[in-house]
Amino acid sequence: MKPAPFDYVAVDTAEEAVATLAETGPDARLLAGGQSLIAILNSRVAEPAVLVDISRSPELAYIEQVDGMVEIGAATTQAALEHWPALATALPLLAEALPHIGHVQTRSRGTVCGSIAHADPAAELPLCLALLNGRVRLRGMRGVRVVEGRAFQTGMLTTACAADEMIESVSFPVARPGQRFAFREMAFRHGDFAIVAVAAMADADAITLAVGGATDRPAVHVFPRAQLGEALADSLNRLAWDLDCADDAHVPAEYRRHLIRALGADAVQAVMP
Amino acid sequence: MDDLGVPPGTLHAAFVRSSHAHAELLSVDCTEALAMGGVAGCLTGTDVTAMARPFVVGVKQPMAHWALAVDRVRYVGEPIAVVCATDRYRAEDAAAKVQARYRPLPVFMESHAALAATADWLHPEVASNLVSDRRFRYGDPETAFADAPHRIEIDITYPRNSVTPIECGGVVAAYQPGDDSYDILSNFQGPFAIQPVMALALNVPGNRLRLRTPPESGGSFGTKHSLFPAMVALALAARHCGRPVKWIEDRLEHLTAATAATGRTTRLAAAVGADGVISALDYDQIEDCGAYLRAPEPATVYRMHGNMTGAYAIPNLSIRNRIVLTNKTPSGLVRGFGGPQVYFALERLTRRIADRLGLSHWDVIRRNLVAADAFPYRTASGGVLDSGDYAAVMDLAKPHFDDLLARRERAREAGRRYGVGCAAIVEPSISNMGYITTVLTHREREKAGPKGGAVASASVTVDPLGGVTVQVASVPQGQGHRTVLAQTVADVLGLDPDDIRVAVELDTRRDAWSVASGNYSSRFAGAVAGTAHLAATRLRRRLAVVAAEHFRCEPDAITFADGKVHSGSSPPLPFRRVAATSHWAEGTRPQGAEPVIRETAFWSPESLRAPNALDEINSSAAHGFVFDLCGVEIDPMTGRVRVDHYVTAHDAGVLLHPGMADGQVRGGFANGLGAALFEQFVYAPDGAFLSGTFADYVVPTAAETPDITILHHETPSPVTPLGAKGIGEGNCMSTPVTIANAVADALGADDVTLPLTPPRVLALIGEPEPASPVTAAAPAALRLPGRDYALDGRGTVEIAASPEAVWARILDPDQLAGLIPGCEALARTDAHSYHGRVRFGVGMVSGRFDVTMTVHDLDPPHRIRMHGRAEGALGSGQGDGVLSLLPTADGGTRLSYRYGVDLSGRIAAVGGRLLGGAARALIGRFFDAFDGPVVRRRDWVSRVIGLLPGRRA
Repeated sequence: MKPAPFDYVAVDTAEEAVATLAETGPDARLLAGGQSLIAILNSRVAEPAVLVDISRSPELAYIEQVDGMVEIGAATTQAALEHWPALATALPLLAEALPHIGHVQTRSRGTVCGSIAHADPAAELPLCLALLNGRVRLRGMRGVRVVEGRAFQTGMLTTACAADEMIESVSFPVARPGQRFAFREMAFRHGDFAIVAVAAMADADAITLAVGGATDRPAVHVFPRAQLGEALADSLNRLAWDLDCADDAHVPAEYRRHLIRALGADAVQAVMP
Repeated sequence: MDDLGVPPGTLHAAFVRSSHAHAELLSVDCTEALAMGGVAGCLTGTDVTAMARPFVVGVKQPMAHWALAVDRVRYVGEPIAVVCATDRYRAEDAAAKVQARYRPLPVFMESHAALAATADWLHPEVASNLVSDRRFRYGDPETAFADAPHRIEIDITYPRNSVTPIECGGVVAAYQPGDDSYDILSNFQGPFAIQPVMALALNVPGNRLRLRTPPESGGSFGTKHSLFPAMVALALAARHCGRPVKWIEDRLEHLTAATAATGRTTRLAAAVGADGVISALDYDQIEDCGAYLRAPEPATVYRMHGNMTGAYAIPNLSIRNRIVLTNKTPSGLVRGFGGPQVYFALERLTRRIADRLGLSHWDVIRRNLVAADAFPYRTASGGVLDSGDYAAVMDLAKPHFDDLLARRERAREAGRRYGVGCAAIVEPSISNMGYITTVLTHREREKAGPKGGAVASASVTVDPLGGVTVQVASVPQGQGHRTVLAQTVADVLGLDPDDIRVAVELDTRRDAWSVASGNYSSRFAGAVAGTAHLAATRLRRRLAVVAAEHFRCEPDAITFADGKVHSGSSPPLPFRRVAATSHWAEGTRPQGAEPVIRETAFWSPESLRAPNALDEINSSAAHGFVFDLCGVEIDPMTGRVRVDHYVTAHDAGVLLHPGMADGQVRGGFANGLGAALFEQFVYAPDGAFLSGTFADYVVPTAAETPDITILHHETPSPVTPLGAKGIGEGNCMSTPVTIANAVADALGADDVTLPLTPPRVLALIGEPEPASPVTAAAPAALRLPGRDYALDGRGTVEIAASPEAVWARILDPDQLAGLIPGCEALARTDAHSYHGRVRFGVGMVSGRFDVTMTVHDLDPPHRIRMHGRAEGALGSGQGDGVLSLLPTADGGTRLSYRYGVDLSGRIAAVGGRLLGGAARALIGRFFDAFDGPVVRRRDWVSRVIGLLPGRRA
């Protein structure tokens, strides 16, 4: 389990990173925490020609709360966010979700933006990004653009980030007064990729539910108040079938549908005022 | 192992492995690999046949198992070549360039399908996948069944799993051309009966194969016995390259291709009285040994042969053992070796007897136990249960049983799903090297000569400063043998354990060893520590003679304590002075005594004889007893099983080191918990291996493993020198069935299959799924040729172009190339065939494949079938697709499609969780590439048929 040969470039800034990406072409990959990438390289199912390491860049490791958003830099680890003092009040959903991501050891290296860039269909952070509809700031040689959280992931392991772009930061909206959140996940073991994870958010007029692990990307569904109460079970059942879950090598589709109904109901119940 | 130094110039090896489960191996081309920088050589099956011989096989069948595949591959991960380079990175780079060509053959992934095969057998010379079929009869089972008021049966399947060490295998092999000899350093664990197997394969006398083991090994649990084919391949590679060769097994290799416990299908019937007393058992066992019968297989099924009646006094017994080969990794030693499979059947059956007869499981177990005054008890099949008081062990656990029943009552009153299970087992230890020959008929055994025994060896040596060193042929893997041996020998010689040096690394050229050497069958405490005690005691006796000369007394008057040698009230002598006498002061040696420098003891239990004419065999020297209790609660939301409280009561004879004994129990419990709830090697119907990472082969961590209550009762074994019995495997045998019994109790389920994963438990709860509220139009009924595919999907797409235009695009290679995602080249090779190179990828995961495609059943512009095959470094794949085109009212095309895809090799082993989605994504891109905008697309079904926990394929 040794990776194929690659060149390694460590950069200090986002500008340097995108310049290196532009120089090397589509066979370059950003390396941040490496918690997915290194395993993929070692199993030789990807053979990028160049790794551009942004993990040593101090200017990309930050958490800032501005204008009702929490902005997290590309080199910020999941552990740094987990231990950010304002997390529980500013981003209560992430406070609940972060402990489900891998283990202490992987969170201390794995980055917030890296998980979102990798776009595993069962990962927790893309799910939170979709539910909260945060913002992803992409930088390329042509400049900076911002993509809405729900539009960022376009499929399994694929996103709106072009080959010559990088995620510079991800922003999550700060919880507003009266909003309530819940996160539920089922995995065979704590720390595994979710079989199904759900995140729920209650606003004044609706409850929004995001489902991860069921399809190629997080699925977001809004339940108007009228669909709650007794109609909730039917609504969740419709959602479970609509998502058209697939079997995988370890879990049959019907179990995923069951989890969508069961965890969904539990999460919705938890955020009901 | 990887940290140890190697000789200068040592090469590093990487194996090239089959991505096919069953195929003719048409060619292996190393040209491109050999041209790469740093590559010193490449060994293939052709080289192996020129230098070596096939491995000997334990049954009389014309099967050839070579160290590298020759002409045919029979499981995913089978080595087909070894590439040697100046470092492992270059070796793996070059291994990826070795080109193998295959012609796929039908695969047999299930025992029953393999048995039913009428052609394409794994080993055509055998003309069957059934390689051994033996029936045994002890007592009078037919009459017992005829006379019994009840015949109660159970059918079970036991999954393939393993116990995975944290450090994988490692080998450094060298060849000395001067004397045509091999030297192999490896964390191989024994049994060293495999040394002659390797020497025969290497075509050298036994004394020209030197095996050495390192002082440390990071776990093995049986699995490192399976290194031997790699050891032979690497020894040949070293000879081929003229330099030493090193290889460290990686995790993917270990999970894919090292070994597995056998999968077993058993029908077990009992003749039972109204009181639950069993008078006869009838076993029909079908053993899945994988693609080759690799030594010492079929030992898994015969290891338990002497104790097939478990802890029970059952006088009549019949057994049928069938050994079947399938296209899976060859099976072999895994902690518990044969016990989990037998006791899962037997203790699920005693539970069923209780349920059927309205008795408590406790009472059924209790009424059938071998009585305390019956030891040594001779079992129906010839085993000798050496000692025990089984009822006393149950009594020890009784307060816990009552407590669990009270917990169950409270939980059920509160509406929770709670169950209690128990199981009683006999834990055999110190295997008889002859039990394996029970697979042969008596006539075959007579021809081959009787085999039996279990010779342990130990040496105790004194050095010129009076220091004591112990050497044993045991090769531990982290169990703490040094600690126990130092204590054992220190006690004999009156020394402090810190004063004793213990050498557990083995060198077959210098050390005392036998075919039974090694670390397996829980033989350490009973056999190895006992033999060290014998050697130390003999040395003490001879040192006493030396000391008696000094003290002018009888040797019997000499005592050893506190680091000194005493005789009555005389001033004592330091131990070191007496011990060093033979080095320095030979003149003082008593007349007739030999120099006292080293004492080597060999010990084998008297009771371990070859199987007799009646096929009776005492398969193990010592037999401990384990009684387990467990309370579980099921989470109805997820189907997760929570072990509420687990109690395990053991009688392992004399405990040499209680802390380490408990460590063995806890480790065995964790392994048993894994087998019960998590672990299974999953294969796709095409033989692809889908459990190649620790994310796919799920092992319980400390967080999933509850604390347990351990109880001990000590009945010394009359067989072993120190009265100790094995304790390392009992919970691997007892825990899976105890938890299964508890889950069955919680759910009121009659049949439970391991592992009891949450989806499977939820299915056992059996609540019907709410129907889909969407009544969608039925997808077009398109049929694929052949069988089930691993990935299977269908859908429709509406394209704003006429069927004729769509048809033309699909058949034109240039235009088709534009549709296939990642297509780099595509050319028509004849009217209906295409050949090209495609880079398939999803996200960053991608790889290049050679693709051949053929089109069939053309019905322009309505219908077409396409078949494709792909080979690449990431693995291999094949698939079929059927497309049906219908015009729509607005001049477009409604295209319905169905596809089936099999993917095998590295990509399936490490990416199983995402394969279905990846296939969906690639198919989607194919249709997205049509010029006419895709109006609407829907995937109706996409499924992955693995041999899924939770469903049968």
